[in-house]
Amino acid sequence: MGQKVLLNATEVHIALHRLACQLIENHHDFKDTVLVGIQPRGVFLAERLAQLLQQEYHIENIRLGYLDITFFRDDFRRSHKPLEANKTQIDFVVEDKKVVFIDDVLYTGRSIRAALTAIQSFGRPVEIELLTLIDRRFSRNLPIQPDYRGRQVDAINEEKVKVHWKENDGEDAVYLVKS
Amino acid sequence: MKELSVRHLLGIKYITEADIQLIFETADHFKEVINRPIKKVPSLRDITIANLFFENSTRTRLSFELAEKRLSADVVNFSAASSSVKKGETLIDTVNNILSMKVDMVVMRHPNPGAGVFLSNHIDASIVNAGDGAHEHPTQALLDCFSIRERLGDVAGKKVVIVGDILHSRVALSNIFALQKLGAEVKVCGPKTLIPKHIEKLGVTVTTDLVSALAWCDVANMLRIQNERLDISYFPSTREYTQQFGVNKALLDRLDKEIVIMHPGPINRGVEITSDVADSDQAIILDQVQNGVAIRMAVLYLLASKIERTHEDR
Repeated sequence: MGQKVLLNATEVHIALHRLACQLIENHHDFKDTVLVGIQPRGVFLAERLAQLLQQEYHIENIRLGYLDITFFRDDFRRSHKPLEANKTQIDFVVEDKKVVFIDDVLYTGRSIRAALTAIQSFGRPVEIELLTLIDRRFSRNLPIQPDYRGRQVDAINEEKVKVHWKENDGEDAVYLVKS
Repeated sequence: MKELSVRHLLGIKYITEADIQLIFETADHFKEVINRPIKKVPSLRDITIANLFFENSTRTRLSFELAEKRLSADVVNFSAASSSVKKGETLIDTVNNILSMKVDMVVMRHPNPGAGVFLSNHIDASIVNAGDGAHEHPTQALLDCFSIRERLGDVAGKKVVIVGDILHSRVALSNIFALQKLGAEVKVCGPKTLIPKHIEKLGVTVTTDLVSALAWCDVANMLRIQNERLDISYFPSTREYTQQFGVNKALLDRLDKEIVIMHPGPINRGVEITSDVADSDQAIILDQVQNGVAIRMAVLYLLASKIERTHEDR
């Protein structure tokens, strides 16, 4: 099982700063914008970005929530392993807000499809955007594309993209794993 | 990845502690779901559930129906009062007729103990026991323990006294099993006539003295005096029962700690528990009702995920 480094710590750092700046370009002071990290792995990226925006770019009213999509997935009873839920925490009103979904890897697009349905339980956002650190192009099952991407990669289906975060995995890095 | 060890929820007796913990963790998520502006998830949209109530029920049935609808399942209701059961149809025939209409799960309440177990040996659908005679009422015990966990942080190590008619109570039996599996100590308290012989063999202690039982416990679960089940006189009068086994404010104020008061409902106000206690902050009776929906959603969701998809579905 070989693995290849797609992004090292410095490159992750640069990508995060660029994504933060791109968000600021479109959302200015974030008055009408909320960030929503998709459980489980999108949460680390969302927290990192929120921290960057607050500390490095001095944006004060960052609202960050976590959305779990387990009960909205389209593969219930179809996959062999049972689906395990994570915590949803959205302590603000989504109605009439611009929502930015944040996830680490965009692959088939099915998680984002589920997230689009799930967020409706919290109101009707005026707009939804998608930010992803890694965009695996050519492997989409649904017509979903990111608005902000850290790095686009071409990976075949047998390969896996693994994102490591310092707070969880001990280092910031992205690997392409061949099985 | 975790899943339940069983295909049916027939009683607490048949499930493990790990199953109970998994149900609780799943219910935590559903509790968050039912507090959203839109309280519905699409998980069970291709599942049909039949609620078969061969015995009267209001709150359990409402709670199950709400849980099913919040999971987007299709629901059919059946109650014995308005059915062919009156015309002499057997249980298996009734259920098979309903199942031939492609029902995936059955929620059943039945006056005979073991009805759920019997049915599970004869039909394919996944069965949830919503009360079988004086035997078990597993979802009630789960929601009771879930409510204790919510109020006190954990069930393990807690002391719980179940007060009242233990003899006719399926809530008592399921609660004893569930509390013990989760590591709580259980005492039962009531008139001697309403405590089953040899109940100590289940590992519970027995007392007829309410005051000492309350002083001992962290939680008191007050059962309803089920007048409809009392075929003979088990105690001289309701008034005398209340004097010996009714909980009132004065009794609680005399304790040196604040205990949690539970009641599975419906309450006979002024009999097993006075109004000021039922409406006080010590009582978590309405939390139990809310948790009931979350627990039932968790049970249905976890059981549904074990239903095999047949060839036609694919």
